[in-house]
Amino acid sequence: MAESIPDLFSQDQAFKSGRHIFTVSEVTQEVKALLEGAFGSVWVEGEVSNCRPSGSGHVYFSLKDPGAVLSAVIFNRAARDIKFKLEDGLKVICFGKIDVYAPRGQYQLIIDKIEPKGIGGLQLALEQLKAKLEKEGFFAPEHKKPIPYLPARIGVVTSLTGAAIKDILKVLDRRFKDVHIIINPVKVQGEGAGEEIALAIDEFNCLNQGLSEKEKVEVLIVGRGGGSIEDLWAFNEEIVARSIYASRIPVISAVGHERDVTIADLVADLRAATPSVAAELVIPRQEDLRQRLEELTASLKQDFQDAVKVLQDRSFDLAHRLKIAAQHLWEINSNRLDANAKKLSLVNPAAKLELYKTKLADLARQIFVRMQHLVSLKDAGFKGLIENLSSLNPLNILSRGYSVTFQLPEGKIVKDARSVSPGELIRTKVYQGEIISKVTEVS
Amino acid sequence: MAEIKFEEALKKLEKIVEDLENGDLSLDEALKKYQEGIELSRTCSAKLDSAKKKIDVLVKNKKGEFEFKPLDQAKTEE
Repeated sequence: MAESIPDLFSQDQAFKSGRHIFTVSEVTQEVKALLEGAFGSVWVEGEVSNCRPSGSGHVYFSLKDPGAVLSAVIFNRAARDIKFKLEDGLKVICFGKIDVYAPRGQYQLIIDKIEPKGIGGLQLALEQLKAKLEKEGFFAPEHKKPIPYLPARIGVVTSLTGAAIKDILKVLDRRFKDVHIIINPVKVQGEGAGEEIALAIDEFNCLNQGLSEKEKVEVLIVGRGGGSIEDLWAFNEEIVARSIYASRIPVISAVGHERDVTIADLVADLRAATPSVAAELVIPRQEDLRQRLEELTASLKQDFQDAVKVLQDRSFDLAHRLKIAAQHLWEINSNRLDANAKKLSLVNPAAKLELYKTKLADLARQIFVRMQHLVSLKDAGFKGLIENLSSLNPLNILSRGYSVTFQLPEGKIVKDARSVSPGELIRTKVYQGEIISKVTEVS
Repeated sequence: MAEIKFEEALKKLEKIVEDLENGDLSLDEALKKYQEGIELSRTCSAKLDSAKKKIDVLVKNKKGEFEFKPLDQAKTEE
């Protein structure tokens, strides 16, 4: 280019002296040399319009502002480095060379680097992808799968040499040991990292299809340690987002530090601030488990005791009721038995016999008593009679001065004076002796 | 019982405790559950004490099948 400038001057002098006629190529060559020489590399600010990516990977568009339009091209090698999507209306700052394209007689800006104005390119790319995936429902809460409690198999997608795996293994040392960690090693930054991460997630899902229910990988931790936004970039790539979204195994993202939120974090079923946190989320602390186990065992014992107590109380209650019921029945029956026995004894001939016997004995005794009574009565009467008799004894009367007179010779007691006649002999008995007399007069 | 996973055993134990809490069990059932529970509790406890972590790396062999390789081995091969 340096030699074309004096060349141009000589042509210019030739033109002044005597009308030099350029060919189209010549004049274009002159323009090209002039333009490219004057500008070299430049920064240009403008708005993207009429953007047309081509099949070859080159991107053609126009840069414009209110007063002018400038054709621009990004050749495929430069285009690959652009993280964001070039869209019409986007305000950009470009760095490149002014070029004259002779076959079309056009000048254009060949862009080496392009950045969105006011916001970093990566940041813009992130926003653009975020908006797109959001539209597709990638971040929808209803799509999030639950993270299993105490997963026995944990898949890890990260670099074998990075900080993430070291952190995860360190956490494991302090925690529950009955886990199987399976690492699917990937590149976590640089060219092709996104593809590797996506593939590793797909591989875990593929692996699970061949495993029995008990052997399946239950959760995936996908992540890496901290770094710049460029270092973490793979986790902002669409291919990774799509793999996480498609994964049937729940995914915990663990990218960088607390403040770094990547697309992977948004799509994942759970976002852990760091890889250590991710491990802590799925691997419980040994002592927490021990405590839980102790609590469970204690309640097991208590509940069993309670259950037995309930049954015991119930059986005691039943036994008590049974006893009462039996007693009641016994009483009823034994009363009835007594009554029947009584009734029966009433009709028992033996009993009757006995009864009659006693009655008989009774009667006999009564008879005896009465007899005795009678006898004693008679006895008394006899005595009285005797006494009476003795009182009637004429001798007794005689003793009191009375006398008995017998008619002679018959000896009949004279009770009526007229039974005797004068001249008859009578015998008068007195207390002491007898007197024979002759009746002289009867009155 | 020997090969039961810790979390499976813990879950079973939780279920048994729940069953016992809900009551309405015959003595036989309660006793069976209790025995099973104690057994599970012992299993869990043993696993807590004896469990060893296992860390493998997922690799694909020449046939394209997945294989697990212990981490240490995988690292030395790298």
